Amino acid sequence: MIVPLGHVFLLAGIIFSLGLVCTVAHRNLIMTLIGVEVMMNAAAIAFVAAALRWQLMEGQAFALFILAVAAVEVSVGLALVVNAYRRTGSLDPDRYDILKW
Amino acid sequence: MTLYGAVFYLLSAIIVVATAMAVTRRQPVHAVLYLIVAFSGTAALFFLLGAPLLAAFVVILYAGAIMVLVLFVIMLFQRSPRELGLLSDWGPAALLGVVFLAVAVAMVFKDPGSGIVLRGAVVQPRDFGHFLFDRYWLAIEIVSILFLVALVAILHLGKRSETAGDEAEREVNPVRNSSGSLNPTAEQRSIISNGVKEGRQ
Repeated sequence: MIVPLGHVFLLAGIIFSLGLVCTVAHRNLIMTLIGVEVMMNAAAIAFVAAALRWQLMEGQAFALFILAVAAVEVSVGLALVVNAYRRTGSLDPDRYDILKW
Repeated sequence: MTLYGAVFYLLSAIIVVATAMAVTRRQPVHAVLYLIVAFSGTAALFFLLGAPLLAAFVVILYAGAIMVLVLFVIMLFQRSPRELGLLSDWGPAALLGVVFLAVAVAMVFKDPGSGIVLRGAVVQPRDFGHFLFDRYWLAIEIVSILFLVALVAILHLGKRSETAGDEAEREVNPVRNSSGSLNPTAEQRSIISNGVKEGRQ
């Protein structure tokens, strides 16, 4: 009635690979966190599509837990980034080369 | 193509373009603004796929709370982190993404079940909530403990450590001494002496 299941999975795959490239290719730590967020968003889309395909609510429940984990991940990650910025004055992971702060 | 199908392809085009614009920006603020568009499109897509409660959560959590949090953290940094660009060798990263996408496409379309057309169905928020707290109450409690643990971790990480405070003081004091040697006015002198007193306390 809506679209084939494969097209939704294809959309999720495209978004996931965009997030993967964002995570790997950027030097800015904030952009890395944004890439992780994009990847989690893609996983949630795939789960909701699977829930509609098999007409089960478990997929939506899992997407809800993905949202919660994404919120926790980004808040802890940003706190870590702020902490590292305070100690080194840079957002570039290449500058974090002192073993003992 | 039905109306729902047209809406789906329109929404997916919006999401993909907005996400692609977001991940190629060098300014994190611009990336966050594009991501808000992408997450709003995701919320509409969840609504289309029959999950109105999840659509509301995506708007509240992703497009609202998380993106505002990222914006505030970007504002915390004194110097804007705009000078950080891509890695100098971002080619392998892009290749990794392309290879991953090709493998995913091949796997999805190899599966005979991928051609099954989705039937529209809507999960009412009341039913979804009953289902969650009936079957997955333990997971909900674990998620709440996870939030508590994250709160404690953030409070610990955000606290200014003692060594960092020492460094900040050492950095500040020479500036005041040098400005004192420049024959300051009486008002400036009083400010400097007050500052030194505060520093010693």
